[in-house]
Amino acid sequence: MTMPLMKPRRKNPVLRTRQMNLPPWARGRTALGMTAAAAEGRFELQVCQRCQAVQYPPRDACHRCLSSQLKWTPQAGAGELLSETVLHHSNDPFYRERLPWRLGLVRLDAGPTVIAHLHGDVAAPPPWPGDAAAATPQAPVRVHVGARLDRAGAAVLIGFPIEESEHMADDKMLREMTSDPKFRKILVTDGKTEVGQALVKALVKAGAEIVWVGHAEPWKKLPGLDDITALAQVTLVPLDLTNGRSVAELAGEIGGKVDIVVNNAEVHRAFGIASRHGTDAARAEMDINYFGLLRLAQEFGPALRGRSADGTTHAAAWVNLLSVYALSNYPPHGTFSASKAAAYSLAQCLRAEMRPSGIRVVNVFPGPIDDEWNQNLPPPKVAPAALASAIVKALKEGIEDVYPGDVAQEWLERWRENPKVLERELAAGG
Amino acid sequence: MIARVAGRASYDGVAVAVPVTVPYQRYSTQGAHWFVGRAMDALVERSGIAKDEIDGLTISSFSLAPDTAVGVTQHLGLAPRWLDHIPTGGASGVMALRRAARAVQAGDANVVACIAADANHVESFRQMLGGFSQFARDASYPYGSGGPNSIFAFITANYMRSFGATRADFGRIAVAQRSNALANPNAMFKVPLSIEQYLDARPIAEPIHLFDCVMPCAGAEAFLVMSDQRARDLGLGHVLVRAAIERHNAYAEDPVLVRGGWAVDRDELYAMAGASPDAIDFVQTYDDYPVVVMLQFEDLGFCAKGEGPEFVRAHTLTHDGDFPNNTSGGQLSAGQAGCAGGFLGMTEAIRQLTDAAGARAVSGAELGLVSGFGMVTYDRCLCTGAVILGRSS
Repeated sequence: MTMPLMKPRRKNPVLRTRQMNLPPWARGRTALGMTAAAAEGRFELQVCQRCQAVQYPPRDACHRCLSSQLKWTPQAGAGELLSETVLHHSNDPFYRERLPWRLGLVRLDAGPTVIAHLHGDVAAPPPWPGDAAAATPQAPVRVHVGARLDRAGAAVLIGFPIEESEHMADDKMLREMTSDPKFRKILVTDGKTEVGQALVKALVKAGAEIVWVGHAEPWKKLPGLDDITALAQVTLVPLDLTNGRSVAELAGEIGGKVDIVVNNAEVHRAFGIASRHGTDAARAEMDINYFGLLRLAQEFGPALRGRSADGTTHAAAWVNLLSVYALSNYPPHGTFSASKAAAYSLAQCLRAEMRPSGIRVVNVFPGPIDDEWNQNLPPPKVAPAALASAIVKALKEGIEDVYPGDVAQEWLERWRENPKVLERELAAGG
Repeated sequence: MIARVAGRASYDGVAVAVPVTVPYQRYSTQGAHWFVGRAMDALVERSGIAKDEIDGLTISSFSLAPDTAVGVTQHLGLAPRWLDHIPTGGASGVMALRRAARAVQAGDANVVACIAADANHVESFRQMLGGFSQFARDASYPYGSGGPNSIFAFITANYMRSFGATRADFGRIAVAQRSNALANPNAMFKVPLSIEQYLDARPIAEPIHLFDCVMPCAGAEAFLVMSDQRARDLGLGHVLVRAAIERHNAYAEDPVLVRGGWAVDRDELYAMAGASPDAIDFVQTYDDYPVVVMLQFEDLGFCAKGEGPEFVRAHTLTHDGDFPNNTSGGQLSAGQAGCAGGFLGMTEAIRQLTDAAGARAVSGAELGLVSGFGMVTYDRCLCTGAVILGRSS
């Protein structure tokens, strides 16, 4: 059983901060299909559309019938542990710094044998039963295989125990694959919104050690702020994303301590082009939703990168609250959609720049949130608390792209099926 | 007229001669072409055959890039009429011999130089592992980056659990090979190894420990293939090819490697040689890990599947024992010079059967078996092969 992670002691300031060496990140183009699924929290393997043979490692032709029609398909992941090893030597600096390291050879019920990182709670395969007992084989060890993104952002397979245990997220190997908030120091950039307050509560509940909460206009007494400031882990900090100096000052104060940045600050007005003359509302949206992210990334990014291998609670993740409207413009909220599309594009740049340090950039694409700016939209809408728990789940499970809520899920599916059809449908009202 | 066995032409009339070893170095600043050059120079010098008369060439190397065998022809000023590039690691020796033998029988070449050479710079081994194969890059190297150690740890652990082998059983193989290596001036390891030292060694990838692993190094191995008539005319000590098999990706349906492709073809091997396993005087098994040696004892018919542990307990595996195995010390004690590791058994067998094995000679040896095993592209080695060589009368 995994022992609970103990709160790490204060860092000795005399010691050098360990730098990140990524695990091997190279994958072929075909194999990246597994990464694409794992980025959304799914374990998929290629399945032959002609003979149904499940393929692994990823291939360009079916090993059984030679068909090229291999479709990435979700897998249950049930399997048997055939063999295990504990590495005490590695040729790669990432693993060398994290030895010993446990690996398993698992035969999936679906067919292939896979090499997987092995969770500490998985039992060892039974030993040789001895000559006399050889006729009565012992029960095999069952495991559940899932796909996760590793610190390099590439999908890897992990063998989990069938029975979950209370502290299994604290497994040393698994902590390397996830950005669990437990014992981490987190900046939430806007505490005045319902989403911000729900995020703060969810992060505290998930074990965050400190949550700094940005507050652009400290003189305003907004509802709900008292609730979160009453939490022992929460500290309000002045932060105005439209003001470069404000962002720089906060980064100077806490930038070297933040492990996870959650950028939830946004301006949302319900206008298209013709419905509001001039650019003031659109500018305000861009100034927070796009330039705010840019300012924040320039000030907080470098320190986050520098601490990405700094002990068990190293800097781990950067969360962007985007919108499913970033995929395709929703004309009634046209300028907001445009600002989120810009932010999404910049977030992809941020992800690329953060990757060499192993910082996970999590992009969140909710459908309409059940808040004041979506008042006129019909349900279903994402409740702030549901959005917050989707974000915490993504951090805990190492997911990189999150589409919370039924609307987002449906739009994503329609967008993937045919983006042009979706554009026409949205132009016609949804 | 060449005789046939089970539809396959025999290797009658093919001689293998001039075993060359370019001394191994743990690390060398030289590249693969340098080692190929040293090997070719030695083949020419020791055979008395002019460079221009060598009209066939096979090259086995992992570190020749961006060249392949054809680049070697211009580099060394050769104009062969028959050329092959066989970068299949541990199986390359058997595969090179099979192809060269057929070329000579068919008259496509008169004298084929078979050369395996690899460089080893401080960084080369690590760099090779990550890009060894597409499957290694995508599905094994990202998991701990142990290279073949982690794969053979799975295979060894599974074998131990399935058949009751112990670390001491594998130790008997490693210790006997070290004893053989002490009589091989070219072996990298020059001090005795006790079973206690073997068992007390540090773990690498459990249950693999230090002395289960080979030491990567730089070096080359080479030999010539020609007609036995030519070899006799030149007065070259040579051996005859009695039988040869190869098989790739056998038993792919086995979820973990417990048997190799030798088992598919071994009956043909012995039928072609006109000999049974008990007529074999020594074996040169491929020994990247001791468990693989045990698999070969089983799959080549010296004992049944699962009897490997009992077999090594019941036999003495040194050159002067009742079942001589890897009389050069094998890769475990001589070193693994990349693809040359796949030629080590071949050059050693030629020496044993031409009275050139010095202090490690197997007395009265008439028939020797050389086995190859190569290319861990994902979770197992794919290439298997074996040849039986006989003393020329």
